[in-house]
Amino acid sequence: MKGYLAAASVLVIAVSLLTAQEAGDTRSLIERIQKVGREGKGNVEAAKAWKLLVAQGPTAIEPILTAMRDDDLTVVNWLRPAFEAIAESALEQNQLSAETLEKIVANTKNAGIARRAAYEWLVKLDDSTPSRLLPGMLLDPSPDLRREAVNRFIDQAAKATDKKEAQELYRKALTGAADPEQVEKIADALGKLGDKVDLAKHFGVISDWYLVTPFDHRDGIGWNKAYPPEQRVDVTATYVGKNGKQASWLAHKTSDPRGLVDLNKIFGPLKGTIAYACAFIESPETRVAYLRVSSINGLKVFLNGKEVFAREEYHHGMPIDQYTIRVTLNQGVNTLLLKVCQNEQTEKWAQEWKFQARLCDFVGSAVPFKTVPAPKGGK
Amino acid sequence: MSYTQRLMMSLSLVGLLALVSAAADWPAFRGKDGSAITPEADLPVKWGKEEGLRYKVPLPGRGLSNPVIAAGRVYVTACSGYRHRRLHVLCFDETTGKKVWERQFEATGNTACHPTTNMAAPTPVTDGEAVYALFATGDLIALDRSGVLLWYRSLVGDYPDITNQVGMASSPTLAGDVLLVPMENAGDSFTAGIDKKTGVNFWRSKRTRETTWCSPVVVRQGDKTAVLFQTRSEATLVEPQTGKVLWKKAASELEADLSAIQSPAVGDGLVVLSAGELIALKPDLQGGEPKELWRGAPGGAGYASPVLHAGRVYRLSQVALLCFDAATGKELWRERITGPFDGSPVIAGNRLYAVNNKGRTTVIELGDKKGSVLARNDIDDTIQATPAIANGCIYLRSDKYLYCIGPKK
Repeated sequence: MKGYLAAASVLVIAVSLLTAQEAGDTRSLIERIQKVGREGKGNVEAAKAWKLLVAQGPTAIEPILTAMRDDDLTVVNWLRPAFEAIAESALEQNQLSAETLEKIVANTKNAGIARRAAYEWLVKLDDSTPSRLLPGMLLDPSPDLRREAVNRFIDQAAKATDKKEAQELYRKALTGAADPEQVEKIADALGKLGDKVDLAKHFGVISDWYLVTPFDHRDGIGWNKAYPPEQRVDVTATYVGKNGKQASWLAHKTSDPRGLVDLNKIFGPLKGTIAYACAFIESPETRVAYLRVSSINGLKVFLNGKEVFAREEYHHGMPIDQYTIRVTLNQGVNTLLLKVCQNEQTEKWAQEWKFQARLCDFVGSAVPFKTVPAPKGGK
Repeated sequence: MSYTQRLMMSLSLVGLLALVSAAADWPAFRGKDGSAITPEADLPVKWGKEEGLRYKVPLPGRGLSNPVIAAGRVYVTACSGYRHRRLHVLCFDETTGKKVWERQFEATGNTACHPTTNMAAPTPVTDGEAVYALFATGDLIALDRSGVLLWYRSLVGDYPDITNQVGMASSPTLAGDVLLVPMENAGDSFTAGIDKKTGVNFWRSKRTRETTWCSPVVVRQGDKTAVLFQTRSEATLVEPQTGKVLWKKAASELEADLSAIQSPAVGDGLVVLSAGELIALKPDLQGGEPKELWRGAPGGAGYASPVLHAGRVYRLSQVALLCFDAATGKELWRERITGPFDGSPVIAGNRLYAVNNKGRTTVIELGDKKGSVLARNDIDDTIQATPAIANGCIYLRSDKYLYCIGPKK
């Protein structure tokens, strides 16, 4: 009750202190919030609009949720608490509409984050929601909803007493599974049932690389230095590398299911050194894809000659899918170049030099592509 | 204005009058100014998994942050979901533990971290009217006590090269209207003074690119207030409003390996820096050089920060509480207790509370010549957060629960 009174008093004050003209309509209030910029620019205006938006009550729920975009999390983080403030109060007053929430969940054109938020509040109203909706969400475009749908199939498979039934349920779960943790859990269970999963294929791992080293990175000098492979990839070329050592490209295929390429194993433990890794990716169409890369070293990524990512951090872990980079693949052959920078730390835990990469859609499922040999004449 | 509107307005004004942050509140990481001390005495000594609790409420996810308490509210941060990408700010009624509101946010920064930590590692700070929550993802949120969003910033959106994939844990603090944000990291490393009312920078100062987990402490001298930041490479005292450096001590100048984990201790007109051993300085808030009083007091290990209290400095090793003379650094006594400790010890009255990772709180009476263990209280839960103390109760937070230890009301 206290919570309700507090929330209600805020709404009343917000309404009473601002004129109707200032309040505007729901759409314009949301637009005022969407204008927030960097370093707090627009915060004051957005905060005023936020109060007015919340004061509109349950009628604002649909416009708020449908205004969210998965690729603009700053705005999501302004709008989501506005939705929650309204929903919290509406739930207490029995004014939260399950119909509105379900409509938002059902429309897959809405942002995954908005649909997931609506889903969670729908569950508060109707505990049959998971059993009604999740079976149809195995290929859902919302990563969170899909993950839960996959989990539901995994749970069912784990409880199945019949081996064939379990296998079918795990296989079905696998069709939707995109997160490495879920995929590997399913693959492990299927493996115990005698059914092998091609993990690398499922993940969309890039397995075929051309590698070249050593380029000088003593005292960190190589990070901002564009060595020849950054200027033009030609896997037939030979360079003068660190300490005058000849550097030639080496074709390498990793058999690791996660696509791990361990440079220490290939080239030895070189410190203060940069290696380049190049893959030629043939895409059947021009499309947006998500390059999920990991490296425990400083890493730059170039696609078709353009730098698309840079992170100079060393030896602070390397989970799979560490970085997600939104890229556009051209139809035909694309040149992917990774610059993997090893520093000179001497601690035992700071010796690894490795990377991995996979190509996915927004959810994390493999996109159609194949790696091809280097085009003649470089690129 | 309708009757209802006038009534609601009156209720709100009455509420606002009650917002003066009381001395017995616990507004930040390690309490007021980061001192880890409350003037309260006679806090609970014995409790158990189910005994002696005022309430125990479930939390939606993990957190290393300590609860902060002011003006009748308890604020807790947590993270949940796939790779900790869901961030939570929760507000509970201090007396009953009833959830007043919860707001959720999506992580905009990288959530990769060491498994022992998580995205709700920094502790929020409150002035009683609002709570300011920083997450390890660089998401910075200001909410008033009713859950109204005052402002939000994605610091990683503002400064994309911020990175610490071990997991950031430094907590912000408040000095007047300035929110002091420690964002020392392996990429775009900085500290900032942010207008608590608008979320806009008053100032932003570049710092050495290095991972740091120390939290700033507020240093007061007469009517002057300053904030002390510590990293592995330097200790820096700054003026909150401007970011002006009042003094800076490089680790090389101190000829010491400053800790990047243990935060400074403040109190008794001193600041104490952790550097394996401790370095005690008498600060000058007018901009003069600090005077080094002593260095010594070895033996503190791990993540727990030292505490200055009533002429003594206390440190936790993984197996003992160590007591030193704050005037000389000389060891006075040590008492064996069971660690390991991720959180820091706190002091109420003349008792020190140290919570280990398995949820055992050792309560120690602090004497001149020895410490006496008054109780060892087990709640069999994973606790990595520093305890909080407010208005007669002790607050512990685990990965799953918020515990309020105190008499039922």
